[in-house]
Amino acid sequence: MKKKKHWYDYLWIWAIIYFALGFFNILFAWFGMIDFLVPLGIAIFGGNKFFCNHLCGRGQLFSKLGGDLKCSRNKSTPRWMSSKWFKYGFLIFFLTMFGNMVFQTYLVGAGASSLREAIKLFWTFRVPWGWTYTAGTVADWVAQFSFGFYSLMLTSLLLGLIVMVLYKPRTWCAFCPMGTMTQGICKLKNNGK
Amino acid sequence: MAKRVASVDKKRCVACGVCENTCPLAAVKVHRGCYAVVEETLCVGCGKCAKSCPVGCIEMKERVAV
Repeated sequence: MKKKKHWYDYLWIWAIIYFALGFFNILFAWFGMIDFLVPLGIAIFGGNKFFCNHLCGRGQLFSKLGGDLKCSRNKSTPRWMSSKWFKYGFLIFFLTMFGNMVFQTYLVGAGASSLREAIKLFWTFRVPWGWTYTAGTVADWVAQFSFGFYSLMLTSLLLGLIVMVLYKPRTWCAFCPMGTMTQGICKLKNNGK
Repeated sequence: MAKRVASVDKKRCVACGVCENTCPLAAVKVHRGCYAVVEETLCVGCGKCAKSCPVGCIEMKERVAV
């Protein structure tokens, strides 16, 4: 039985475009906010995970690469990776880093810190990324946020790709901070129904 | 009816929806973003969902005769 294709089955293309754009102009990183706000909006107002289930371009990309293109060992994900403490621990870590990124943006906006045209991978490795931005195009804090946010997106993509290769295509979904957050919201909303 | 049927461990399910997207018969769906639920009358026990589940919370079980 062939399943009917929906327009949103092609959102993996959006994921590729998003990451590609970041190599040309870092300001496109702001589009990533869609991937932050839409799932939360759907969870808060709709009380479901329609985003994770059907709209997540990143998840679809992992399915394509790991499933259709067989770039995955397809081994079972270690238990601890989907355990509560790891999922919530990673969520807290991720949000802390997000907060730190917002704070850096604030510092640049307030003039206490200067714009750094680099991205930081795995919250550790600084990679010069200056060719994607011409100084003075926008306010410094807008650019700073772009670099910071793109770092976060790229880091999580790389983490997702690593676990995709090692385990199942969508092992990332087991501890994806957005997924943990939206499922938490849904559980609260539905009160165990 | 098929001998085997998929069974979800609700406690471990992350509601990612991979099973829902993999199932050829639309027999498994994510319930209100909380966990996946198998419609046992539709499930033919093919095991595709169990194989694709990233947290391995779907188990194929012998169907209990009703």
